[in-house]
Amino acid sequence: MSILVKEDTRILVQGITGDFGARHARLSLDYGSQVVAGVTPGKGGQVFEHAGKKVPIFNTVAEAARQTGATVSAIFVPPPFAADAILECFDADLDLAVAITEGIPVRDMVRAKRAMAGRRTRLIGPNCPGLVTPGRGDKSSGGCRIGIAPGYIHKRGNVGVVSRSGTLTYEAVWQLTCRGKGQSTCVGIGGDPVNGTSHLDVIKLFNDDPETEAIIMIGEIGGNAEVEVARWIKEHCKKPVAGFIAGATAPAGRRMGHAGAVIGGAEDTAAAKIKIFQECGISVAATPSDMADALLRIWKG
Amino acid sequence: MNIHEYQAKTLFEKFGVAVPKGVAVQTADQFAAALAQLDGTGGYMVKSQIHAGGRGKGTFTDGFKGGVKFSATAEKAVANAQAMLGNTLITAQTGKAGRKVQTIYFTEAANLGKRPDGRDDEFYLAILLDRATSQPVIVASTEGGMEIEHVAHATPEKIFKVHVDPAVGLQAFQARQIAFSLGFSGELFKQCVTLVTKLYQFYWEKDCAMVEVNPLLVTKEGKLLALDAKVSFDDNALFRHPDVVALRDLNEEDAKEIESSKFGLSYIALDGDIACLVNGAGLAMSTMDIIQHFGGSPANFLDVGGGATKDQVTAAFKIILGDPNVKGILVNIFGGIMDCNVIATGIVEAVKETGLKLPLVVRLEGNNVDAGKATLAASGLTIVSGDSMADAAQKIVKLVNAK
Repeated sequence: MSILVKEDTRILVQGITGDFGARHARLSLDYGSQVVAGVTPGKGGQVFEHAGKKVPIFNTVAEAARQTGATVSAIFVPPPFAADAILECFDADLDLAVAITEGIPVRDMVRAKRAMAGRRTRLIGPNCPGLVTPGRGDKSSGGCRIGIAPGYIHKRGNVGVVSRSGTLTYEAVWQLTCRGKGQSTCVGIGGDPVNGTSHLDVIKLFNDDPETEAIIMIGEIGGNAEVEVARWIKEHCKKPVAGFIAGATAPAGRRMGHAGAVIGGAEDTAAAKIKIFQECGISVAATPSDMADALLRIWKG
Repeated sequence: MNIHEYQAKTLFEKFGVAVPKGVAVQTADQFAAALAQLDGTGGYMVKSQIHAGGRGKGTFTDGFKGGVKFSATAEKAVANAQAMLGNTLITAQTGKAGRKVQTIYFTEAANLGKRPDGRDDEFYLAILLDRATSQPVIVASTEGGMEIEHVAHATPEKIFKVHVDPAVGLQAFQARQIAFSLGFSGELFKQCVTLVTKLYQFYWEKDCAMVEVNPLLVTKEGKLLALDAKVSFDDNALFRHPDVVALRDLNEEDAKEIESSKFGLSYIALDGDIACLVNGAGLAMSTMDIIQHFGGSPANFLDVGGGATKDQVTAAFKIILGDPNVKGILVNIFGGIMDCNVIATGIVEAVKETGLKLPLVVRLEGNNVDAGKATLAASGLTIVSGDSMADAAQKIVKLVNAK
């Protein structure tokens, strides 16, 4: 198994006719993922074509889901309209909405997160690289790629990876793959202060997933989500966990690229989070080059 | 985005939040006319306008003390304003360089002093996002005029919080809870409920990141006023608030940070001597960390985003080279989707165009990386290649320390 998505998960892409959405829809199709529908309001009836594959475009998410059986949406809609796109997924009762869009106003996300309460749809992101469950083909092809991660760096296996950052996730995944260790699912939860799925949510899913044997968790300065999850791991997690916190050198009060990466209080710092990781039995990577090795020090695979 | 106190108070007034009457001016010849518009019977406050806290306790580079001064008469107010305008104010938040004061804000000195009943007259009020609950939270305290972090640490029982459900907005009972928690009754209670309600309306409608009133003041006449105002806005929401964008003061922002934003780069200057150029915020942060881990000192945070085109890399090099402290550059690119050879070609062209002489270590990883490394090697330039982040960081630290 894997978490959240499997090789045969049927995907729709909101914003498939935009440059960004189209590019990554093509890459997902190349990877062998089941991109079965596009949604662009007003372009329903058109067809998105790539490498001999024809993906029908619909006006609404509900219609796309009904006609194609898509259960997951990848959202590439521009920031002013992205929260609306997320809400449309909730309304269509999808399993999962993955918001790649960067730069959504916080107020829009506060409202969207409130609207998510009591709905069955899970939101991942926004401002995230998406998620990948690697396939079993050449260079992990045939997997489920939702979002913008490079597919070929993955390898199917037993490590779950969760991170706020895109490129730092790729770094960890590539280190694992180069050491012959594959991944069950890799999830980027996004760098915004308000997001749909937390580190803790993903860690719980990994903990319950029989295929996942070990976990790498990548956090950063700002907020206390990593602290919360470290304490949960100490009490409940059955699997070895390695962690890394980015931002040890970040000055207080400045946003480091990610809207959520800002040191507010004393507990937001990298040093404070690392200390709590260690107290909770998490193997801490000393540098970002050490993420896979930090896991392999406590897990032999 | 941050704005000045006088701008924040103008917005407060529009939303019906009571503030002391004030006038902001940019030149000394306007001082007298500005003061003439104010009632000076209680004296005046003369307030330096910079985007940094701790102004009252700050010192100017010429030794003049205090960026916020009470002045009993108009003559004294003019003298204080003359000492501040054009002068550079250093506070706990400005860094050593300080900030040049380009605007002076005169306000009527609200009638300070203990209330007749001897109770404290200064309070704290703020509205911001609580990340743990993804809801706005109103924070209030009876300990006004102090640093709220200090109050939270020393006397947490004196901090009151009310979370607002975004589905229904601030409710009247919640505004009453705040007013009761601050110990108000009678006329002041009503004023407090109104002020909290209006302030929340401002926070929500204008997409504020934070609104802080410290202190909130009760005058001798029993009026509740926002004596200070600190407001910042969510950058992501500026597209729907052109009136807020118009308040942006580029004098308060780092010139290199403004330049970098034109090229879609995210740049933040730091104190060190090893510059870095990275794709992705998380990787950029951890590249700074790994430089420090191996004994170096990062000169900046620089995220070129997912792309890293030749134009972006050239612009990034120019911005980095504008920092005289920089002694070496580390480029760290994980070209997941992008072709590493395209990135390598961009780096080579950027080095040639900028005439870079400093040590340069490049770590490329990802798609078509071998061709990228070959392009760097064949360029005839002294570009050192790093195999991993750790290897690259160690190499640049060694090169810079050897100089």
